[in-house]
Amino acid sequence: MNNSAYDGLPRAIRVDEVVAARAPWDGFVQAGETLRIVDLEGNQAVDFLLYAAHDDTERYSAQDTIAAQANILLRVGSILMSNEGRPMAQITATTVAYHDTIGGACSCESNTLRYGHHTKSHHACVDNFLLSHLRHGRGKRDIVSNINWFMNVPVEADGTLGIVDGISAPGLYVDLKMRMDVMAVISNCPQVNNPCNGFNPTPVRVVIANDGPASR
Amino acid sequence: MSTSNTSGLQGARAHARAMAGTRVEAMPIVPAEEATDLPLGVTRGAMVWEETIAAGGYAAKELERGARLRLVDLRGDACVSMLIFNAEHPIERLNVADTMKVQWNAYLQAGRLLLSDMGRPLMSILADDANTHDTFCGPSNERTPRTYGDSGAWGFHPNARGRLLLGVAKFGLGRKDVHPCINWFKGVRIASDGTTVLEAGPFPPGRSVLLRAEMSVIVVLANCPHVLDRRPTYEATPARISAWRGPITPPEDPIRNATPESLRAFLNVEEYFRR
Repeated sequence: MNNSAYDGLPRAIRVDEVVAARAPWDGFVQAGETLRIVDLEGNQAVDFLLYAAHDDTERYSAQDTIAAQANILLRVGSILMSNEGRPMAQITATTVAYHDTIGGACSCESNTLRYGHHTKSHHACVDNFLLSHLRHGRGKRDIVSNINWFMNVPVEADGTLGIVDGISAPGLYVDLKMRMDVMAVISNCPQVNNPCNGFNPTPVRVVIANDGPASR
Repeated sequence: MSTSNTSGLQGARAHARAMAGTRVEAMPIVPAEEATDLPLGVTRGAMVWEETIAAGGYAAKELERGARLRLVDLRGDACVSMLIFNAEHPIERLNVADTMKVQWNAYLQAGRLLLSDMGRPLMSILADDANTHDTFCGPSNERTPRTYGDSGAWGFHPNARGRLLLGVAKFGLGRKDVHPCINWFKGVRIASDGTTVLEAGPFPPGRSVLLRAEMSVIVVLANCPHVLDRRPTYEATPARISAWRGPITPPEDPIRNATPESLRAFLNVEEYFRR
């Protein structure tokens, strides 16, 4: 791995993994640690949820996050709020101007509405979330509106909204510093019916860093 | 007040029974067919729900496929937060992201569908003379900034999330089931820089929304100030809820056939009921 991928992170690297194209990933991240997600090849949507490690009925809430900052776009400084109105994490750095949290996750079922019943068999983010959740005693009722890192969802004056070509590029990243102990759950989006992944799902890199003894 | 002596059981019973027939503004009318001022064209026998929800109140009800549900902002300052579940399988519930994304629009209005997370319409919007609604900001919670003091459900300024929690609990659901909601009557528009702009009102009295159940549903409603409402006092006014039986959406329905996405959503719900 190219160590410049660690620029700006705390010195101790605890996790450095590549999440394969189309795959789920989950991991515990402690309060104070930084989770970096790198868009390795560019314009790869990364669907993302957070659950409080101590009580997973507390989880990321897109609506609470939007209400707390009175803005739908996630940028540097944005605080990710829980459904209990508590800060879970903050975006401490990102090389992409903004990220989405209104577009939700693709599913086999919504694909049938958006593109036709011929897409029902396509792999989808909801199924990735379920694959993760079922390993941890969670299930479908734990899926709520998520973050889509590196995804671009403009809203026009009349409310028209949709997923358009991304504004990310190879190597761009987002850093999240956790405010509580969490489990982060990722679906590396497999969607091929809209431009959220440039019609070509690609791998992303996940790094977790902290202020422990230097690893580099 | 009754002057009954409640130190003994007979007195306590007499005291309790003396309350019968009391009418207040915020209460259910039981049976619903005894409601006054019925919606135009609705027969008494078709009524299944008539309830006025107080400022800070909540209510929940199961409705059959085809039922009509009317929400009225009686005095112009209601904010009705709404959750919707498939009554047969509550694991299927409203998905606000799919509702916006599938229909290529974020602003609710007549003709739009309220979509579940299973690619089906739970309800559709038959009429709407308010046109100020919110799909972005969700319910207030106990940590929402406020100046009016305590927001616990046991006090006088309840928060909306606490109300929705009690509503879902009455159907055996819990903390994980308070999904992202719709807020009716208070509008949120998105500015070009992504800012959420609250249309706070107060509005003219009597604005209403008319919904049609496309599946058998559980609706959970809370009527609390909008999460972005920064007025110094707890400002909300009662909402009137009426529901009545109605026909299942026919194949020629204009909302069903309005867009390719809507048609496929209805094909999915029709397939669901093909048993």
